[in-house]
Amino acid sequence: MSYKIIGQRITRNEDAQLLSGSALFLDDVHLPGMLHAAFLRSDYAHARIKSIDTSAAKQRSGVVAVYTAEDFGDYWHVGPLQVPPPLAIAGAKFNARPLPPIAKDKVRFSGEPLAVVIAESRYIAEDALADIIVDLEPLPAVTDLEKALQPESPLVHDDLGTNLAADVQQEHGNYAEAAAKADVIIKRRFYIDRGASGAMENRGFIVDWDEKTQTMTCWSNCQAPIPLRNTIAANLGLAASQVRLITPFVGGGFGPKIMTSQADDVLLPWISMKLKRPIKWVEDRRENFLATTSERDQIHDVEIALTKDGRILGLKDVFYHNTGAYDPYGMTVPLNTQTHTTGSYDIPNFYTRVIMVFTNKMVVTPVRGAGRMYGVYVMERMMDIAAKELNIDPVELRLKNMIQPNQYPYKTGIIGQDFVENVLDSGNYPATLKKAVEIIGYEKFIKEEQPRLRAEGKKVGIGVVCFVEGTAVGPYEGARVNVDGSGKVTVVTGISTQGQGHFTSFAQLAAEQLGVSVRDVRVITGDTGHFHWGAGTFASRGATVAGNAIYSAATKVRNKALQLASSILEAPVEELELADGVVRIADVPSKFITLGELAMRANPTRGTIDPNMEPGLEATAFYGPPHGATGQGAVAMIVEVDPETYLVKIKRFVIAHDCGTVINPLILDGQIMGGVSMGIGNAFYERMVYDENGQLLNASLMDYLLPVSTDMPPKMELAHFSTPSPLNQLGAKGIGEAGAIPTPAAFASAVENALKDEGVEILESPLDPCRLWQLVQQKQ
Amino acid sequence: MKPAPFDYYAPTSLEEALDTLAQLGYDGKVLAGGQSLVAAMNFRMAQPAALVDLNNVSELFYIKPAADGGLLIGTMTRSSTVEHDPLIEKKAPLIHEAMPNVAHPQIRNRGTFGGAVAHADPAGQAPGLVLALQAKLLVKSKNAERWVAAEDFFMGPFSPAVEPGEMLVEIALPPLPPRTGTCYQHVARQKGATSLVGCSTVVTLDEKGACKAATMVLSAVGETPLAVPQAAQLLIGQKPSEEGIRAAAEQAAKEIDPGSDIHATAEYRRHLAKVLVQHTLKVAFARAAQGG
Amino acid sequence: MSKLYPIKVNVNGTIYERNVDARMMLSDFIRHELGLTGTHVGCEHGVCGACTVLFDGKPVRSCLMFAVQANNHEVRTVESLGDKDHLHPIQEAFHEKHGLQCGFCTPGFLMTVTAFLEENPHPSREEIREAISGNICRCTGYEFIIDSVELAAQKLAAAEKA
Repeated sequence: MSYKIIGQRITRNEDAQLLSGSALFLDDVHLPGMLHAAFLRSDYAHARIKSIDTSAAKQRSGVVAVYTAEDFGDYWHVGPLQVPPPLAIAGAKFNARPLPPIAKDKVRFSGEPLAVVIAESRYIAEDALADIIVDLEPLPAVTDLEKALQPESPLVHDDLGTNLAADVQQEHGNYAEAAAKADVIIKRRFYIDRGASGAMENRGFIVDWDEKTQTMTCWSNCQAPIPLRNTIAANLGLAASQVRLITPFVGGGFGPKIMTSQADDVLLPWISMKLKRPIKWVEDRRENFLATTSERDQIHDVEIALTKDGRILGLKDVFYHNTGAYDPYGMTVPLNTQTHTTGSYDIPNFYTRVIMVFTNKMVVTPVRGAGRMYGVYVMERMMDIAAKELNIDPVELRLKNMIQPNQYPYKTGIIGQDFVENVLDSGNYPATLKKAVEIIGYEKFIKEEQPRLRAEGKKVGIGVVCFVEGTAVGPYEGARVNVDGSGKVTVVTGISTQGQGHFTSFAQLAAEQLGVSVRDVRVITGDTGHFHWGAGTFASRGATVAGNAIYSAATKVRNKALQLASSILEAPVEELELADGVVRIADVPSKFITLGELAMRANPTRGTIDPNMEPGLEATAFYGPPHGATGQGAVAMIVEVDPETYLVKIKRFVIAHDCGTVINPLILDGQIMGGVSMGIGNAFYERMVYDENGQLLNASLMDYLLPVSTDMPPKMELAHFSTPSPLNQLGAKGIGEAGAIPTPAAFASAVENALKDEGVEILESPLDPCRLWQLVQQKQ
Repeated sequence: MKPAPFDYYAPTSLEEALDTLAQLGYDGKVLAGGQSLVAAMNFRMAQPAALVDLNNVSELFYIKPAADGGLLIGTMTRSSTVEHDPLIEKKAPLIHEAMPNVAHPQIRNRGTFGGAVAHADPAGQAPGLVLALQAKLLVKSKNAERWVAAEDFFMGPFSPAVEPGEMLVEIALPPLPPRTGTCYQHVARQKGATSLVGCSTVVTLDEKGACKAATMVLSAVGETPLAVPQAAQLLIGQKPSEEGIRAAAEQAAKEIDPGSDIHATAEYRRHLAKVLVQHTLKVAFARAAQGG
Repeated sequence: MSKLYPIKVNVNGTIYERNVDARMMLSDFIRHELGLTGTHVGCEHGVCGACTVLFDGKPVRSCLMFAVQANNHEVRTVESLGDKDHLHPIQEAFHEKHGLQCGFCTPGFLMTVTAFLEENPHPSREEIREAISGNICRCTGYEFIIDSVELAAQKLAAAEKA
């Protein structure tokens, strides 16, 4: 399929507003009479609440109200679950413990809200927090995944009688049989941790209940505006049509902004109705670390069974997953781990078991990669380890076991986050690996450069890994495309935008079908007042799922325009073209009618119409895939480890990937690079450090290190492949998380290779200079 | 993260500032660059009752030659000014070399050298630099003034020898003797990040090329910047050699008792200290041999 | 009622006279008191750089200053560069090279870069990379930002010649 506008490297429509500082972000919203909220948060990770005395806080000048759980009466409720339990998986055990909006009786993570102050300013609200007297009885904290399941462990949820949140086993083929036939069995234990999303804009929420019109307007920078709007309305006994939720420009999402039904969006609407005043809450950076969701640790016990010439017969992975104190987001993250372990490889026997554990830490929900990175990490490490043991080149070993281009659709036998079997739809996996290897000059590096540099005392190493990225999952998204009487085109969809260029890529989809300039298409995302169907922006699904709905709606509008123009211009549809904002006879371009004129003709204000007609040049369409579309790629990285300080410099970074049809290559490159920088952060800089009492020790950017420009490689080298997906008319797949997924594994691989003389084996992530030094010391 | 309320004073002369501090006593806290203090206040880790803002006391912003050939730095001189000043480059190359490692330009444009000294951050650059250069620090109050040697100035983490009602007003750097070489290096996880370990080294050679004096000061290895005199002593009287430098570095690592935190264990810090002492000595000796 | 301090601040060429609480941060003053919301707040402890403005011509963290300290001083924010219909060459360069995605950190980068290019009009890529290391971006991976600054330098040089 050849497109004129889709696939073009077009600069973005939204840039001028953002660059000039005139774009509206959440905290820019000012409403007359607006009050400000601040939350008192527990310092303790695990404690019984004995009493909370808010009387002094209420007395403070400038404080309008103070609430604790008791003050909300029957309104206080837990949850709902954001993601349903994995009932589709046979034998799945799942203990649902949705997130309470504010702690009642017990505190289960450090940062859990205890009280909310509403005041004339955020400054005063924070002053009042210090007035609140809290009597907490500290309890021993549950922090270690394995200890949490021992009988003597304290319980996060007393009524449950266990800290087991879920236990899900899945098997494809029969691992035990495969192991019995293997020449070699290799076992390793991996400890993998991740961290916060670190979006530059923190979370926030604004709500304005208008008593006169009996309507509520909310602003949120969430990634799921429609489900949130629906939940708020249901919570308050309002009709959905009484509540409008608007997402303004959002300063980065990366996952945690998908989590809703938290303190702010549950409690503040109720308070706004009570006080009849608008209320704004914006979290600060410290709160973001403490009480916005993030990803956490997993411990994997992995076993791989191979023939001595390197054919993988089977893989077994039993892992613990830390869900934090509650599990409102179900099993999304660990299911992604399960579906992304065998990844690019044709492994006929795979057993995976996740033991999900409650701990006294903040809740885990997806952060860019959403659990996929852990599966890729263990698989790629095992590949390198097996290659070493079998004395086979690591790239050769991967190629030998790769899914071949003629094996699609490849049924993995493992059910994923969308509760259906993960089926790999298309790709050319060997091609991306070979490309990455070629670009980085693998052979030359291994044979010439590395030995030469090592002789000079430079510890350089190379790592090559492959990854898959499940994207574009259901259920569905929708869109409406409209041409108005002046010829202006508007595209509206329910998902929201956090910087990934929807205002341009979606305009391209409509412009392709309507023959207008991309600059003349206005895109509205994430405003329930304009469109109220859809699930949200997650799992790299926006461009594909909403994109296909937009393209379909634009196609319907195109066809309508052609039909109408055909009768007006008295020419058959086949002889017409849409271009330059008009419909015209292709061979006689002087015979045309503008889209605006057509739109007016399609919407008469007098007379009669055809009974089957829908007015205007407008159409709505929905798209829901049968299952997700899977992208794939390979990363090759060369690093240099300082032999004294163990600081690591990335000398080269190559990523070759395939995400099917590309709507905008410029936006695509940006997405990949951004993902890579987050992956580099996860590999060597970021870690949320908790002590044994569940206290987060680094709740600030001074101690939680986000990668900066000088941490990047000198150049990110990107290679693109495009094997269209058969699952949708555009052939598209998502790409948003691709850069983040393989990078920690590639980093570990390259560093291990750099330290091969020291005999270090890397079985953990993240790494840091001190840890590398320790690993080397241990070997000496 | 909004700061707690405070009373605010903005004196325009040193006399007025000292007067105000005298009146405020324990309640008064000096606001210099604010790059450390305001951050701490935003976290509410610091909640001073009153701030005495020195940013309008123009007489505290200066770098000028001292009568003895050294340098005098007014406490409010911006770190970026110190970074780019030709007198500093010439007479205090150790400071010139260290400054680009202090956070980022946006911080240095506001932060002050004296403020950084008085903040007494164990991991900070300025305390280590003034200790290595054997600076004298002028502390004034309304009715008194005293000179404090750098080695007596740092009492503990974030605890300078400055009482309520007093403030640091000037840093006096003695002239560097002939045939002196200096070197500053640190290890940090990222550009502009806090030092894991820092090292400020000053060495002087005699006419025959043997080491006459040596000072190595390590930062971020204890509660204050720490000189390692026993290690330095090993170098005295010897011609600089790889062997001698290595021995001094190993001794330096033994002389300190660093702590562990989330970024580095004590052992790793000890290791980095050894590495930095070794590197800075090598460079400083080479510079001393070239004429200092 | 807390004490208010009268201040007179020149922001983007306009003199504003206001009475402020001593503890009101310069970042909050710019954004909420003056309504210049282009300057963003990411951390309130001076690390992320989103709040970077020019103070007497030099880039500083507005979250580490109080509004009272801006009395009789000059502040320049992103709004001084251009508006959405007339972008400054530096803004144009960021647009052409896709040097922004969500745009939240962007004003901070623009002010840092504005000052940087005044001081170093023909920087190398390495110099650019170092110059922006005090601003955090979570979206772009910095590569296209460096491309943008390179192009901005060329645009400014061309404008100089013209």
